[in-house]
Amino acid sequence: MSNECKVDGGRRRLVVATAAIGGVGALAAVVPFLSSMLPSERAKAAGAPVEVDLASLEPGQMMTVEWRGKPVWIINRSAPMLETLPKLNDSMADPKSEKPMQPAYCKNETRSIKPEIMVAVGICTHLGCSPSAKFKKGTEDGMDAAWLGGFLCPCHGSTFDFAGRVFKNKPAPDNLEVPPHMYLSEKRILIGEDKKGA
Amino acid sequence: MASNTEFEKYKSDGSLQGNLLEWVDARFPATSMWRGHLSEYYAPKNFNFWYFFGSLAMLVLVIQIVTGIFLVMHYKPDASLNANGIPVAFASVEYIMRDVNWGWLIRYMHSTGASAFFVVVYLHMFRGMLYGSYRQPRELIWIFGTLIFLCLMAEAFMGYLLPWGQMSFWGAQVIVNLFSAIPLIGEPLSIWIRGDFVVGDATLNRFFSFHVIAVPLVLLGLVAAHILALHEVGSNNPDGVEIKKRKDVHGHPLDGIPFHPYYTVKDIVGVVVFLMVFSIIVFFAPEGGGYFLEYNNFLPADPLKTPLHIAPVWYFTPYYSLLRAMVWPLFGIDAKFWGVVAMGAGVVILAFLPWLDRSPVKSIRYRGPIFKTLLTIFVISFVILGFLGTQPPSYAFFGVIPSAPVAQVLSAYYFLYFLTMPWWSKIDKYKPEPDRVTM
Repeated sequence: MSNECKVDGGRRRLVVATAAIGGVGALAAVVPFLSSMLPSERAKAAGAPVEVDLASLEPGQMMTVEWRGKPVWIINRSAPMLETLPKLNDSMADPKSEKPMQPAYCKNETRSIKPEIMVAVGICTHLGCSPSAKFKKGTEDGMDAAWLGGFLCPCHGSTFDFAGRVFKNKPAPDNLEVPPHMYLSEKRILIGEDKKGA
Repeated sequence: MASNTEFEKYKSDGSLQGNLLEWVDARFPATSMWRGHLSEYYAPKNFNFWYFFGSLAMLVLVIQIVTGIFLVMHYKPDASLNANGIPVAFASVEYIMRDVNWGWLIRYMHSTGASAFFVVVYLHMFRGMLYGSYRQPRELIWIFGTLIFLCLMAEAFMGYLLPWGQMSFWGAQVIVNLFSAIPLIGEPLSIWIRGDFVVGDATLNRFFSFHVIAVPLVLLGLVAAHILALHEVGSNNPDGVEIKKRKDVHGHPLDGIPFHPYYTVKDIVGVVVFLMVFSIIVFFAPEGGGYFLEYNNFLPADPLKTPLHIAPVWYFTPYYSLLRAMVWPLFGIDAKFWGVVAMGAGVVILAFLPWLDRSPVKSIRYRGPIFKTLLTIFVISFVILGFLGTQPPSYAFFGVIPSAPVAQVLSAYYFLYFLTMPWWSKIDKYKPEPDRVTM
């Protein structure tokens, strides 16, 4: 027996190959565990569309319904509210709604199907808080004097107008999302589905 | 191991020599571990007040584990609504507080323990900064410590979701959404973390699993590594001189005393004082003025309504301020991404301290005015950042000085303190270290 340790090249290669194959197997075994953390089939199937009756929603009022666990706002905008929108174009980060935060049929000045009825997911595009309604003009709702009405996110101070458009230089990068929706009749709306392409 | 005595352990008839302890020692390193880590682990004799917090952190870890075990017996991680329209998880915490024998005590010990953990850990880390305990050869102890701090943050964050109150829900919503700021993988990553498109039952259940099993296991492993690494190289001390340099004829450090009984007894004094303070809080101020348990968390989670002011628990607020300080998009990526980066970097940069500090001496006792001044400013600015993190972004000092630019300046200081350390720690004056520790 010699004390020299000669590396047996063939054996070394086999050891490396075995370890590599074993490693691939071990990695593959991780997949089911990581994948189990993704939304389950049930979670994906949830989010059935929500039907809402707008008959009792007076101009100037808003209501909140839950769709896919998120608050969805329906705002019946009065004429003065709608008048604020064009005035604010210059203060908006994305005044013409260029970013795809709404279905094609809502890519217009009011970001809605009917001008007065605004439907939006009430989740700030910054970090997911739900903004609070600050509908009154000026300082009455604790905003500054130039405020024309809209929404304020309590978490990091992003502000939005009555069309859910985000003001410039705020933490939130995008306008509020407009969910797919369609009218079943004059006063009934379905949120989460737009089969007719509206 | 004393393998040369192997055959002497047995008598000629094959039965064992000696007593039960010897029987165990022949099979398990009980006595040698006791000696190596306690009765013959030589610690510097000049430990002061600041050296209580390591053992106190272990005490709080035990408190958290024991109270946690008993809380899990009654808690239900279930976001569905019960017959009264209250989420089951929230109701089960109320049940613990009202109907379980001594449940209120166990739960308040656990919630106060969370804050106490961060108090002692922050003080423990500050001790390391005072006396240069992170310096060579203790870099790995420090790195394990930083990882423990990270684990602790994850543990506290996920634990905070479990009561399923308004703060639980919206705090988790905000923090998980932070990950969505990462380019390309952000959105799928945050869905993967939540297990749903919004924070919901899936999120609650996995946070429960992580909080109760996964993170504590990692934490215990890291604590073991932290202590093993410490006992390998030996403890630093307030003078920052190596006691192993001067040894007596037995090879024991001249300035060392056995950890047991000397420091076990000293630490018991610390434990008693700690438990007095801890008990006062548990019994008389468990909410900690809204800092230990936030008032909004006494309302059940409502996914449709964000509380008007949401803030993390106090121990996260300095890092939350770093996050909020980043308001500028860079390289075409959202500001919120850079906020996340700043918050993460704020913790990770601690791990580099052993290599950033170029001072020839370790301890503040022998370091110069630059270090003392900058460290003092660092502590003050860290505390102010912590305070601002509890306030809404619109907060103004005395109603006139807006806080946002202040937080930005202090955040910049936080990083500059570390990043410029290689330079100022080298040019700073210093006094010669003594040869042996001083008392």
